[in-house]
Amino acid sequence: MKISKKDVVHVANLARLELDDAAVEKFSLQIGAILDYVDTLNRLDTTGVRSTSHAIFLTNAFRDDRIKQHLGQELALANAPEKDDSTFWVPRVIG
Amino acid sequence: MKLYELTISQAAALLSERRLTSRELTQAVLERIDAVEDRISAFITLNADLAMAQADSADKTISEGRGTALTGIPLAIKDIICTQGIRTTCASRILENFIPPYDATVVQKLKAAGAVLIGKLNMDEFAMGSTTENSAFKTTHNPWDLTRIPGGSSGGSAAAVAADMCLGSLGSDTGGSIRQPASHCGVVGMKPTYGRVSRFGLVAFASSLDQIGPLAKDTRDCALLMNAISGHDPQDSTSVPEPVPDFTGFLNGDLKGLVAGIPKEYHASSGLDPEVMQAVNRAVQTLKDLGVRCVDVSLPHTEYAVAAYYVIAPCEASSNLARYDGVKYGFRDKTAGTLIDMYRNTRSKGFGTEVQRRILLGTYSLSAGYYDAYYGKASQVRSLIMDDFKKVFQSCDLLLSPVAPTPAFAIGDHMDDPLTMYLSDVFTLSANLAGIPGMSVPCGFSSKGLPIGLQLVGPHFSEGILLKTAYHFEQATDFHQKKAIL
Repeated sequence: MKISKKDVVHVANLARLELDDAAVEKFSLQIGAILDYVDTLNRLDTTGVRSTSHAIFLTNAFRDDRIKQHLGQELALANAPEKDDSTFWVPRVIG
Repeated sequence: MKLYELTISQAAALLSERRLTSRELTQAVLERIDAVEDRISAFITLNADLAMAQADSADKTISEGRGTALTGIPLAIKDIICTQGIRTTCASRILENFIPPYDATVVQKLKAAGAVLIGKLNMDEFAMGSTTENSAFKTTHNPWDLTRIPGGSSGGSAAAVAADMCLGSLGSDTGGSIRQPASHCGVVGMKPTYGRVSRFGLVAFASSLDQIGPLAKDTRDCALLMNAISGHDPQDSTSVPEPVPDFTGFLNGDLKGLVAGIPKEYHASSGLDPEVMQAVNRAVQTLKDLGVRCVDVSLPHTEYAVAAYYVIAPCEASSNLARYDGVKYGFRDKTAGTLIDMYRNTRSKGFGTEVQRRILLGTYSLSAGYYDAYYGKASQVRSLIMDDFKKVFQSCDLLLSPVAPTPAFAIGDHMDDPLTMYLSDVFTLSANLAGIPGMSVPCGFSSKGLPIGLQLVGPHFSEGILLKTAYHFEQATDFHQKKAIL
Protein backbone atom coordinates (compact mmCIF):
# COMPACT_ATOMS: atom_id res chain seq x y z
CA MET A 1 0.00 0.00 0.00
CA LYS A 2 1.26 3.42 -1.01
CA ILE A 3 0.20 5.33 2.09
CA SER A 4 -0.14 3.55 5.43
CA LYS A 5 -2.82 4.27 7.98
CA LYS A 6 -0.08 5.70 10.19
CA ASP A 7 0.86 8.13 7.40
CA VAL A 8 -2.77 9.19 7.04
CA VAL A 9 -3.00 9.91 10.77
CA HIS A 10 0.26 11.89 10.61
CA VAL A 11 -0.88 13.94 7.60
CA ALA A 12 -4.33 14.52 9.15
CA ASN A 13 -2.57 15.95 12.19
CA LEU A 14 -0.49 18.29 10.00
CA ALA A 15 -3.69 19.40 8.22
CA ARG A 16 -5.59 19.75 11.53
CA LEU A 17 -8.22 17.18 10.62
CA GLU A 18 -9.66 14.67 13.08
CA LEU A 19 -10.41 11.31 11.43
CA ASP A 20 -12.14 8.27 12.91
CA ASP A 21 -10.80 4.76 12.23
CA ALA A 22 -13.18 4.13 9.33
CA ALA A 23 -12.12 7.38 7.64
CA VAL A 24 -8.41 6.57 8.12
CA GLU A 25 -8.97 3.18 6.51
CA LYS A 26 -10.94 4.59 3.57
CA PHE A 27 -8.60 7.52 2.90
CA SER A 28 -5.58 5.26 3.09
CA LEU A 29 -7.00 3.03 0.33
CA GLN A 30 -8.29 5.86 -1.86
CA ILE A 31 -5.27 8.14 -1.55
CA GLY A 32 -3.06 5.07 -2.05
CA ALA A 33 -4.81 4.36 -5.37
CA ILE A 34 -4.43 7.98 -6.45
CA LEU A 35 -0.71 8.01 -5.54
CA ASP A 36 -0.18 4.74 -7.44
CA TYR A 37 -1.68 6.45 -10.47
CA VAL A 38 0.46 9.57 -9.88
CA ASP A 39 3.52 7.32 -10.02
CA THR A 40 3.02 7.11 -13.81
CA LEU A 41 4.83 10.49 -13.80
CA ASN A 42 8.02 8.60 -12.96
CA ARG A 43 7.98 7.07 -16.44
CA LEU A 44 9.09 10.51 -17.66
CA ASP A 45 12.71 11.53 -17.33
CA THR A 46 12.51 15.14 -16.17
CA THR A 47 16.19 15.69 -15.52
CA GLY A 48 16.94 19.34 -16.19
CA VAL A 49 13.29 20.26 -16.91
CA ARG A 50 12.28 23.59 -15.33
CA SER A 51 9.48 23.72 -12.74
CA THR A 52 6.33 25.67 -13.50
CA SER A 53 4.32 27.01 -10.60
CA HIS A 54 2.52 29.64 -12.63
CA ALA A 55 1.33 29.50 -16.24
CA ILE A 56 1.65 33.18 -17.15
CA PHE A 57 4.97 34.94 -17.18
CA LEU A 58 4.42 37.81 -14.82
CA THR A 59 6.96 39.30 -12.49
CA ASN A 60 6.01 40.96 -9.23
CA ALA A 61 3.09 43.36 -9.31
CA PHE A 62 4.27 46.46 -7.44
CA ARG A 63 2.15 49.31 -6.18
CA ASP A 64 2.84 52.48 -4.23
CA ASP A 65 2.97 51.98 -0.49
CA ARG A 66 -0.01 54.17 0.26
CA ILE A 67 -2.97 53.65 2.55
CA LYS A 68 -6.09 52.84 0.55
CA GLN A 69 -9.68 52.18 1.47
CA HIS A 70 -9.83 49.14 3.75
CA LEU A 71 -12.30 47.21 5.86
CA GLY A 72 -13.01 48.87 9.19
CA GLN A 73 -12.80 46.98 12.47
CA GLU A 74 -16.55 46.37 12.63
CA LEU A 75 -16.75 44.83 9.14
CA ALA A 76 -13.58 42.80 9.64
CA LEU A 77 -15.09 41.30 12.81
CA ALA A 78 -18.60 40.90 11.41
CA ASN A 79 -18.25 37.22 10.48
CA ALA A 80 -16.24 36.14 13.54
CA PRO A 81 -17.77 33.20 15.44
CA GLU A 82 -16.67 34.68 18.80
CA LYS A 83 -15.54 38.25 19.35
CA ASP A 84 -15.92 41.39 21.39
CA ASP A 85 -15.89 44.98 20.12
CA SER A 86 -12.30 44.87 18.97
CA THR A 87 -10.94 41.31 19.09
CA PHE A 88 -11.31 37.79 17.76
CA TRP A 89 -11.76 35.33 20.63
CA VAL A 90 -10.24 31.83 20.69
CA PRO A 91 -10.02 29.12 23.35
CA ARG A 92 -7.25 29.64 25.90
CA VAL A 93 -3.83 28.91 24.37
CA ILE A 94 -1.59 29.09 27.48
CA GLY A 95 -2.79 27.11 30.49
CA MET B 1 -41.34 32.61 -27.09
CA LYS B 2 -41.42 33.12 -23.33
CA LEU B 3 -39.52 36.07 -21.90
CA TYR B 4 -37.25 33.81 -19.82
CA GLU B 5 -36.17 32.01 -22.99
CA LEU B 6 -34.59 35.16 -24.44
CA THR B 7 -30.85 35.36 -24.91
CA ILE B 8 -29.00 38.32 -23.44
CA SER B 9 -28.59 39.98 -26.84
CA GLN B 10 -32.28 39.49 -27.71
CA ALA B 11 -33.40 40.87 -24.35
CA ALA B 12 -30.97 43.80 -24.55
CA ALA B 13 -32.41 44.79 -27.94
CA LEU B 14 -35.99 44.68 -26.59
CA LEU B 15 -34.98 46.62 -23.48
CA SER B 16 -33.22 49.37 -25.43
CA GLU B 17 -36.15 49.64 -27.87
CA ARG B 18 -38.38 50.03 -24.77
CA ARG B 19 -40.53 47.07 -25.82
CA LEU B 20 -39.67 45.29 -22.58
CA THR B 21 -38.79 46.39 -19.07
CA SER B 22 -36.26 44.73 -16.83
CA ARG B 23 -39.04 44.46 -14.22
CA GLU B 24 -41.10 42.30 -16.63
CA LEU B 25 -38.08 40.24 -17.63
CA THR B 26 -36.84 39.72 -14.06
CA GLN B 27 -40.35 38.84 -12.91
CA ALA B 28 -40.61 36.25 -15.70
CA VAL B 29 -37.27 34.71 -14.74
CA LEU B 30 -38.23 34.57 -11.04
CA GLU B 31 -41.52 32.88 -11.98
CA ARG B 32 -39.60 30.39 -14.10
CA ILE B 33 -37.35 29.63 -11.10
CA ASP B 34 -40.47 29.16 -8.97
CA ALA B 35 -41.82 26.67 -11.50
CA VAL B 36 -38.73 24.48 -12.01
CA GLU B 37 -36.34 24.94 -9.07
CA ASP B 38 -37.83 22.08 -7.05
CA ARG B 39 -36.78 19.75 -9.89
CA ILE B 40 -33.40 21.34 -10.73
CA SER B 41 -32.04 22.65 -7.38
CA ALA B 42 -29.65 25.09 -9.05
CA PHE B 43 -29.70 27.85 -6.43
CA ILE B 44 -28.23 28.03 -2.94
CA THR B 45 -29.49 31.58 -2.33
CA LEU B 46 -32.13 33.53 -4.23
CA ASN B 47 -32.35 37.35 -3.91
CA ALA B 48 -35.79 38.02 -5.39
CA ASP B 49 -36.42 41.35 -3.63
CA LEU B 50 -32.97 42.71 -4.29
CA ALA B 51 -33.24 41.58 -7.93
CA MET B 52 -36.52 43.46 -8.39
CA ALA B 53 -34.96 46.61 -6.90
CA GLN B 54 -31.99 46.25 -9.29
CA ALA B 55 -34.44 45.73 -12.17
CA ASP B 56 -36.27 48.96 -11.35
CA SER B 57 -33.00 50.81 -11.12
CA ALA B 58 -31.96 49.32 -14.50
CA ASP B 59 -35.23 50.45 -16.07
CA LYS B 60 -34.51 53.98 -14.87
CA THR B 61 -30.98 53.83 -16.32
CA ILE B 62 -32.31 52.60 -19.66
CA SER B 63 -35.02 55.31 -19.74
CA GLU B 64 -32.23 57.87 -19.30
CA GLY B 65 -30.44 56.37 -22.30
CA ARG B 66 -27.47 55.16 -20.23
CA GLY B 67 -27.88 51.38 -20.61
CA THR B 68 -25.14 48.88 -21.51
CA ALA B 69 -25.50 45.44 -23.12
CA LEU B 70 -26.12 43.95 -19.68
CA THR B 71 -28.33 46.62 -18.11
CA GLY B 72 -31.46 45.00 -16.72
CA ILE B 73 -30.36 41.45 -17.63
CA PRO B 74 -31.01 38.80 -14.94
CA LEU B 75 -27.80 36.87 -14.24
CA ALA B 76 -26.76 34.44 -11.51
CA ILE B 77 -23.39 33.83 -9.87
CA LYS B 78 -21.64 30.66 -8.71
CA ASP B 79 -21.57 30.65 -4.92
CA ILE B 80 -17.75 30.76 -4.84
CA ILE B 81 -17.70 34.41 -5.90
CA CYS B 82 -18.06 36.99 -3.11
CA THR B 83 -21.14 39.19 -3.10
CA GLN B 84 -21.25 41.99 -0.55
CA GLY B 85 -24.00 41.45 2.00
CA ILE B 86 -25.15 38.22 0.33
CA ARG B 87 -24.22 34.85 1.79
CA THR B 88 -21.38 33.14 -0.09
CA THR B 89 -21.06 29.53 1.00
CA CYS B 90 -18.84 27.71 -1.51
CA ALA B 91 -21.45 24.96 -0.93
CA SER B 92 -19.61 24.20 2.32
CA ARG B 93 -20.80 23.93 5.91
CA ILE B 94 -17.67 25.82 6.92
CA LEU B 95 -18.89 28.95 5.08
CA GLU B 96 -22.63 28.31 5.54
CA ASN B 97 -23.25 31.70 7.17
CA PHE B 98 -20.42 33.72 5.63
CA ILE B 99 -21.53 37.16 4.45
CA PRO B 100 -18.73 38.82 2.48
CA PRO B 101 -17.97 42.44 3.41
CA TYR B 102 -17.00 43.18 -0.21
CA ASP B 103 -17.85 42.32 -3.82
CA ALA B 104 -15.55 40.32 -6.09
CA THR B 105 -14.21 42.47 -8.93
CA VAL B 106 -16.38 40.59 -11.46
CA VAL B 107 -19.46 41.35 -9.34
CA GLN B 108 -18.50 45.03 -9.12
CA LYS B 109 -18.17 45.03 -12.90
CA LEU B 110 -21.55 43.35 -13.49
CA LYS B 111 -23.22 45.76 -11.08
CA ALA B 112 -21.57 48.73 -12.79
CA ALA B 113 -22.92 47.40 -16.11
CA GLY B 114 -26.43 47.42 -14.60
CA ALA B 115 -26.98 43.64 -14.49
CA VAL B 116 -29.64 42.18 -12.21
CA LEU B 117 -28.09 39.58 -9.89
CA ILE B 118 -30.82 37.14 -8.96
CA GLY B 119 -28.94 34.63 -6.84
CA LYS B 120 -26.08 32.33 -5.98
CA LEU B 121 -25.67 28.97 -7.67
CA ASN B 122 -24.92 25.48 -6.40
CA MET B 123 -21.55 23.81 -6.97
CA ASP B 124 -19.26 21.11 -5.66
CA GLU B 125 -17.91 22.16 -2.26
CA PHE B 126 -14.96 24.55 -2.84
CA ALA B 127 -15.26 23.67 -6.56
CA MET B 128 -13.82 20.20 -5.92
CA GLY B 129 -15.74 17.77 -8.08
CA SER B 130 -17.18 17.10 -11.51
CA THR B 131 -20.84 16.45 -10.66
CA THR B 132 -22.13 19.03 -8.10
CA GLU B 133 -22.87 16.04 -5.83
CA ASN B 134 -20.19 17.30 -3.43
CA SER B 135 -22.33 20.28 -2.41
CA ALA B 136 -23.04 20.24 1.32
CA PHE B 137 -26.56 21.48 0.67
CA LYS B 138 -28.17 19.88 -2.37
CA THR B 139 -27.58 17.95 -5.58
CA THR B 140 -28.37 19.80 -8.78
CA HIS B 141 -30.19 17.83 -11.48
CA ASN B 142 -29.46 17.95 -15.20
CA PRO B 143 -32.41 19.68 -16.96
CA TRP B 144 -32.12 17.21 -19.88
CA ASP B 145 -32.56 14.21 -17.61
CA LEU B 146 -33.34 14.82 -13.97
CA THR B 147 -31.77 11.50 -12.90
CA ARG B 148 -28.37 12.66 -14.16
CA ILE B 149 -25.65 14.98 -12.91
CA PRO B 150 -25.34 18.44 -14.47
CA GLY B 151 -21.54 18.18 -14.38
CA GLY B 152 -19.39 20.27 -12.11
CA SER B 153 -18.11 21.98 -10.30
CA SER B 154 -20.17 24.84 -11.81
CA GLY B 155 -23.21 22.54 -12.14
CA GLY B 156 -25.69 25.09 -10.79
CA SER B 157 -24.37 27.71 -13.23
CA ALA B 158 -24.85 25.40 -16.23
CA ALA B 159 -28.20 23.92 -15.16
CA ALA B 160 -29.67 27.37 -14.42
CA VAL B 161 -28.79 28.64 -17.91
CA ALA B 162 -30.02 25.43 -19.59
CA ALA B 163 -33.32 25.58 -17.68
CA ASP B 164 -33.83 29.31 -18.44
CA MET B 165 -33.59 30.25 -14.74
CA CYS B 166 -31.26 33.13 -15.67
CA LEU B 167 -30.10 34.60 -18.99
CA GLY B 168 -26.44 33.90 -18.24
CA SER B 169 -24.21 33.02 -15.31
CA LEU B 170 -20.67 33.05 -13.99
CA GLY B 171 -18.76 29.95 -13.00
CA SER B 172 -15.16 29.15 -12.17
CA ASP B 173 -12.87 26.65 -13.86
CA THR B 174 -9.85 25.05 -12.15
CA GLY B 175 -9.71 21.83 -14.21
CA GLY B 176 -12.78 22.00 -16.45
CA SER B 177 -15.43 23.24 -14.02
CA ILE B 178 -17.04 25.62 -16.54
CA ARG B 179 -16.52 23.65 -19.78
CA GLN B 180 -17.63 20.21 -18.54
CA PRO B 181 -20.99 21.29 -17.01
CA ALA B 182 -21.60 23.50 -20.06
CA SER B 183 -21.08 20.41 -22.23
CA HIS B 184 -23.35 18.23 -20.07
CA CYS B 185 -26.14 20.84 -19.99
CA GLY B 186 -25.96 21.96 -23.63
CA VAL B 187 -24.87 25.57 -23.05
CA VAL B 188 -21.84 27.64 -24.04
CA GLY B 189 -19.08 28.02 -21.44
CA MET B 190 -15.68 29.71 -21.53
CA LYS B 191 -12.60 29.45 -19.34
CA PRO B 192 -10.60 32.56 -20.19
CA THR B 193 -6.79 32.78 -20.29
CA TYR B 194 -5.32 32.71 -16.77
CA GLY B 195 -5.05 36.35 -15.69
CA ARG B 196 -7.65 37.65 -18.18
CA VAL B 197 -10.36 37.95 -15.51
CA SER B 198 -9.65 39.14 -11.98
CA ARG B 199 -9.74 36.50 -9.26
CA PHE B 200 -10.21 39.12 -6.53
CA GLY B 201 -13.16 37.88 -4.46
CA LEU B 202 -13.08 34.37 -5.96
CA VAL B 203 -12.68 31.97 -3.05
CA ALA B 204 -9.32 30.30 -3.76
CA PHE B 205 -9.12 26.59 -4.58
CA ALA B 206 -5.90 26.24 -6.62
CA SER B 207 -4.60 29.75 -7.22
CA SER B 208 -2.39 29.01 -10.23
CA LEU B 209 -5.27 27.27 -12.05
CA ASP B 210 -8.51 29.06 -11.01
CA GLN B 211 -10.23 31.35 -13.48
CA ILE B 212 -13.74 32.88 -13.56
CA GLY B 213 -15.72 32.69 -16.79
CA PRO B 214 -19.20 32.90 -18.33
CA LEU B 215 -21.88 30.31 -19.11
CA ALA B 216 -24.42 31.43 -21.68
CA LYS B 217 -27.17 30.37 -24.08
CA ASP B 218 -25.08 31.20 -27.16
CA THR B 219 -21.69 32.46 -28.22
CA ARG B 220 -22.77 36.08 -28.65
CA ASP B 221 -23.94 36.17 -25.03
CA CYS B 222 -20.67 34.54 -23.97
CA ALA B 223 -18.79 37.35 -25.76
CA LEU B 224 -20.96 40.01 -24.08
CA LEU B 225 -20.25 38.56 -20.64
CA MET B 226 -16.52 38.34 -21.45
CA ASN B 227 -16.59 42.03 -22.39
CA ALA B 228 -18.06 42.85 -19.00
CA ILE B 229 -15.79 40.79 -16.74
CA SER B 230 -12.35 40.89 -18.45
CA GLY B 231 -9.52 43.27 -17.72
CA HIS B 232 -6.54 43.99 -15.52
CA ASP B 233 -7.24 44.48 -11.82
CA PRO B 234 -4.66 45.90 -9.42
CA GLN B 235 -6.40 43.92 -6.64
CA ASP B 236 -5.27 40.63 -8.22
CA SER B 237 -1.49 40.44 -8.55
CA THR B 238 -1.81 37.63 -11.13
CA SER B 239 -4.14 39.65 -13.34
CA VAL B 240 -2.49 40.44 -16.69
CA PRO B 241 -2.33 44.01 -18.07
CA GLU B 242 -3.45 42.91 -21.54
CA PRO B 243 -5.83 45.10 -23.57
CA VAL B 244 -9.39 43.74 -23.77
CA PRO B 245 -10.91 43.75 -27.26
CA ASP B 246 -14.65 43.99 -27.92
CA PHE B 247 -15.22 40.24 -28.13
CA THR B 248 -18.40 40.65 -30.18
CA GLY B 249 -16.15 42.18 -32.85
CA PHE B 250 -14.91 38.64 -33.63
CA LEU B 251 -18.41 37.39 -34.50
CA ASN B 252 -18.27 38.20 -38.20
CA GLY B 253 -16.38 37.42 -41.41
CA ASP B 254 -15.69 33.77 -42.09
CA LEU B 255 -13.36 30.98 -40.99
CA LYS B 256 -11.40 30.62 -44.23
CA GLY B 257 -7.68 30.20 -43.65
CA LEU B 258 -8.06 29.13 -40.01
CA VAL B 259 -6.08 26.01 -39.04
CA ALA B 260 -7.46 23.71 -36.34
CA GLY B 261 -5.41 20.93 -34.77
CA ILE B 262 -6.99 17.62 -33.84
CA PRO B 263 -4.91 16.14 -30.98
CA LYS B 264 -4.54 12.45 -31.75
CA GLU B 265 -4.02 11.55 -28.06
CA TYR B 266 -7.47 12.91 -27.16
CA HIS B 267 -9.23 10.90 -29.83
CA ALA B 268 -7.35 7.72 -28.94
CA SER B 269 -8.43 8.01 -25.30
CA SER B 270 -9.68 4.62 -24.08
CA GLY B 271 -12.72 5.86 -22.14
CA LEU B 272 -14.13 7.93 -24.99
CA ASP B 273 -17.81 7.18 -25.66
CA PRO B 274 -18.46 6.38 -29.37
CA GLU B 275 -21.40 8.80 -29.51
CA VAL B 276 -19.24 11.62 -28.17
CA MET B 277 -16.57 10.78 -30.74
CA GLN B 278 -19.16 10.78 -33.56
CA ALA B 279 -20.59 14.14 -32.50
CA VAL B 280 -17.12 15.69 -32.33
CA ASN B 281 -16.12 14.19 -35.68
CA ARG B 282 -19.27 15.61 -37.26
CA ALA B 283 -18.48 19.01 -35.72
CA VAL B 284 -14.98 18.86 -37.20
CA GLN B 285 -16.54 18.12 -40.61
CA THR B 286 -18.92 21.08 -40.22
CA LEU B 287 -15.96 23.35 -39.52
CA LYS B 288 -14.09 21.94 -42.51
CA ASP B 289 -17.13 22.76 -44.65
CA LEU B 290 -16.89 26.31 -43.30
CA GLY B 291 -13.33 26.62 -44.57
CA VAL B 292 -11.28 25.57 -41.52
CA ARG B 293 -8.23 23.48 -42.40
CA CYS B 294 -8.02 20.61 -39.91
CA VAL B 295 -4.69 18.90 -39.25
CA ASP B 296 -3.71 16.04 -36.97
CA VAL B 297 -1.39 17.15 -34.18
CA SER B 298 0.23 15.52 -31.19
CA LEU B 299 0.33 16.59 -27.54
CA PRO B 300 2.64 13.79 -26.39
CA HIS B 301 2.38 14.46 -22.64
CA THR B 302 -1.44 14.34 -22.51
CA GLU B 303 -1.46 11.02 -20.66
CA TYR B 304 0.39 12.64 -17.74
CA ALA B 305 -1.94 15.62 -17.31
CA VAL B 306 -4.37 13.99 -14.88
CA ALA B 307 -1.56 12.75 -12.64
CA ALA B 308 0.22 16.13 -12.63
CA TYR B 309 -3.02 17.99 -12.01
CA TYR B 310 -4.10 15.79 -9.10
CA VAL B 311 -0.84 16.59 -7.35
CA ILE B 312 -0.67 20.32 -8.11
CA ALA B 313 -4.34 21.21 -7.45
CA PRO B 314 -4.57 19.40 -4.07
CA CYS B 315 -1.21 20.90 -2.99
CA GLU B 316 -2.45 24.41 -3.69
CA ALA B 317 -5.82 23.59 -2.11
CA SER B 318 -4.30 22.24 1.10
CA SER B 319 -2.41 25.51 1.49
CA ASN B 320 -5.36 27.75 0.53
CA LEU B 321 -7.82 25.95 2.79
CA ALA B 322 -5.55 26.27 5.82
CA ARG B 323 -7.27 29.63 6.39
CA TYR B 324 -10.49 27.94 7.54
CA ASP B 325 -9.62 27.70 11.22
CA GLY B 326 -12.83 28.81 12.91
CA VAL B 327 -11.28 32.10 14.11
CA LYS B 328 -12.04 34.99 11.76
CA TYR B 329 -15.12 33.82 9.86
CA GLY B 330 -17.15 30.72 9.09
CA PHE B 331 -18.17 27.79 11.22
CA ARG B 332 -16.53 27.12 14.61
CA ASP B 333 -16.95 24.01 16.70
CA LYS B 334 -17.55 25.39 20.17
CA THR B 335 -17.26 22.14 22.11
CA ALA B 336 -13.45 22.02 22.16
CA GLY B 337 -11.50 23.21 25.20
CA THR B 338 -8.17 23.92 23.50
CA LEU B 339 -7.20 25.87 20.42
CA ILE B 340 -5.78 22.84 18.56
CA ASP B 341 -8.91 20.80 19.25
CA MET B 342 -11.03 23.72 18.10
CA TYR B 343 -9.11 23.77 14.79
CA ARG B 344 -9.45 20.00 14.35
CA ASN B 345 -13.13 19.78 15.22
CA THR B 346 -14.02 22.84 13.16
CA ARG B 347 -12.28 21.57 10.03
CA SER B 348 -13.47 17.96 10.39
CA LYS B 349 -17.10 18.98 10.87
CA GLY B 350 -16.95 21.89 8.41
CA PHE B 351 -15.35 20.21 5.37
CA GLY B 352 -17.00 17.42 3.37
CA THR B 353 -15.31 14.16 2.36
CA GLU B 354 -13.91 15.21 -1.03
CA VAL B 355 -12.43 18.40 0.41
CA GLN B 356 -10.80 16.46 3.27
CA ARG B 357 -9.47 13.90 0.78
CA ARG B 358 -7.81 16.61 -1.31
CA ILE B 359 -6.42 18.42 1.74
CA LEU B 360 -4.85 15.13 2.89
CA LEU B 361 -3.49 14.34 -0.58
CA GLY B 362 -2.03 17.83 -0.92
CA THR B 363 -0.59 17.91 2.59
CA TYR B 364 1.04 14.51 2.00
CA SER B 365 2.49 15.58 -1.37
CA LEU B 366 4.01 18.70 0.20
CA SER B 367 5.24 17.05 3.39
CA ALA B 368 8.88 16.48 4.32
CA GLY B 369 10.44 13.73 2.21
CA TYR B 370 7.72 13.72 -0.46
CA TYR B 371 7.82 17.27 -1.85
CA ASP B 372 10.35 16.58 -4.62
CA ALA B 373 8.81 13.25 -5.62
CA TYR B 374 5.30 14.66 -5.96
CA TYR B 375 4.95 18.44 -6.15
CA GLY B 376 8.40 18.93 -7.68
CA LYS B 377 7.90 16.22 -10.29
CA ALA B 378 4.38 17.39 -11.19
CA SER B 379 5.61 20.98 -11.63
CA GLN B 380 8.23 19.77 -14.10
CA VAL B 381 5.66 17.73 -16.02
CA ARG B 382 3.52 20.86 -16.10
CA SER B 383 6.33 22.55 -18.06
CA LEU B 384 6.34 19.68 -20.57
CA ILE B 385 2.57 19.97 -21.03
CA MET B 386 2.90 23.74 -21.60
CA ASP B 387 5.67 23.13 -24.14
CA ASP B 388 3.43 20.65 -26.03
CA PHE B 389 0.86 23.43 -26.52
CA LYS B 390 3.46 26.03 -27.42
CA LYS B 391 4.74 23.72 -30.13
CA VAL B 392 1.36 22.88 -31.71
CA PHE B 393 0.27 26.51 -31.70
CA GLN B 394 3.18 27.27 -34.02
CA SER B 395 1.28 25.39 -36.73
CA CYS B 396 -2.39 25.85 -35.80
CA ASP B 397 -4.70 28.53 -34.44
CA LEU B 398 -6.76 26.36 -32.13
CA LEU B 399 -7.41 22.76 -31.09
CA LEU B 400 -10.68 20.80 -31.32
CA SER B 401 -11.57 17.92 -29.01
CA PRO B 402 -14.32 16.48 -26.84
CA VAL B 403 -14.96 18.23 -23.50
CA ALA B 404 -15.85 15.13 -21.50
CA PRO B 405 -15.37 11.46 -22.45
CA THR B 406 -19.07 10.61 -21.93
CA PRO B 407 -22.39 12.44 -21.75
CA ALA B 408 -23.75 13.17 -18.25
CA PHE B 409 -23.92 10.02 -16.11
CA ALA B 410 -26.45 9.08 -13.43
CA ILE B 411 -26.45 10.76 -10.02
CA GLY B 412 -24.64 8.51 -7.54
CA ASP B 413 -22.72 6.52 -10.17
CA HIS B 414 -19.15 7.38 -9.15
CA MET B 415 -19.60 8.77 -5.67
CA ASP B 416 -17.07 6.59 -3.85
CA ASP B 417 -14.50 6.15 -6.59
CA PRO B 418 -12.44 9.35 -6.71
CA LEU B 419 -9.77 8.13 -9.15
CA THR B 420 -12.32 7.17 -11.84
CA MET B 421 -13.96 10.55 -11.35
CA TYR B 422 -10.61 12.38 -11.72
CA LEU B 423 -9.85 10.51 -14.95
CA SER B 424 -13.00 11.96 -16.54
CA ASP B 425 -11.29 15.40 -16.48
CA VAL B 426 -8.67 14.23 -18.99
CA PHE B 427 -9.62 16.60 -21.84
CA THR B 428 -10.04 19.79 -19.83
CA LEU B 429 -7.25 19.89 -17.20
CA SER B 430 -4.38 20.61 -19.56
CA ALA B 431 -5.74 24.06 -20.45
CA ASN B 432 -5.62 25.03 -16.77
CA LEU B 433 -2.10 23.68 -16.32
CA ALA B 434 -1.00 25.73 -19.35
CA GLY B 435 -3.12 28.80 -18.48
CA ILE B 436 -4.67 28.86 -21.97
CA PRO B 437 -8.33 29.62 -22.81
CA GLY B 438 -10.88 26.95 -23.65
CA MET B 439 -14.57 26.82 -24.36
CA SER B 440 -17.39 24.35 -24.81
CA VAL B 441 -20.06 24.79 -27.46
CA PRO B 442 -23.02 22.39 -28.02
CA CYS B 443 -22.25 20.01 -30.91
CA GLY B 444 -24.79 17.21 -30.69
CA PHE B 445 -26.89 14.84 -28.61
CA SER B 446 -26.50 11.22 -27.56
CA SER B 447 -29.10 8.63 -28.53
CA LYS B 448 -30.63 9.24 -25.07
CA GLY B 449 -31.00 12.94 -25.87
CA LEU B 450 -28.12 14.15 -23.69
CA PRO B 451 -26.09 17.17 -24.85
CA ILE B 452 -22.51 16.79 -26.09
CA GLY B 453 -20.02 19.65 -26.23
CA LEU B 454 -17.13 20.47 -28.56
CA GLN B 455 -14.03 21.89 -26.86
CA LEU B 456 -12.06 24.69 -28.50
CA VAL B 457 -8.68 25.55 -26.98
CA GLY B 458 -6.26 28.24 -28.15
CA PRO B 459 -3.03 30.01 -27.19
CA HIS B 460 -2.92 32.62 -24.41
CA PHE B 461 -5.35 35.51 -25.06
CA SER B 462 -6.93 33.87 -28.13
CA GLU B 463 -10.49 34.05 -26.75
CA GLY B 464 -11.53 36.04 -29.84
CA ILE B 465 -10.57 33.22 -32.24
CA LEU B 466 -12.37 30.65 -30.09
CA LEU B 467 -15.51 32.81 -30.00
CA LYS B 468 -15.35 33.43 -33.74
CA THR B 469 -15.04 29.71 -34.50
CA ALA B 470 -17.83 28.79 -32.08
CA TYR B 471 -20.04 31.52 -33.52
CA HIS B 472 -19.72 30.30 -37.09
CA PHE B 473 -20.25 26.72 -35.92
CA GLU B 474 -23.48 27.87 -34.22
CA GLN B 475 -24.62 29.66 -37.35
CA ALA B 476 -24.27 26.38 -39.26
CA THR B 477 -26.00 24.19 -36.63
CA ASP B 478 -28.99 24.38 -34.30
CA PHE B 479 -27.79 22.39 -31.26
CA HIS B 480 -27.61 25.53 -29.08
CA GLN B 481 -31.25 26.35 -29.83
CA LYS B 482 -32.62 23.05 -28.52
CA LYS B 483 -34.21 23.28 -25.10
CA ALA B 484 -34.62 20.75 -22.33
CA ILE B 485 -38.31 20.00 -21.80
CA LEU B 486 -39.29 20.63 -18.19
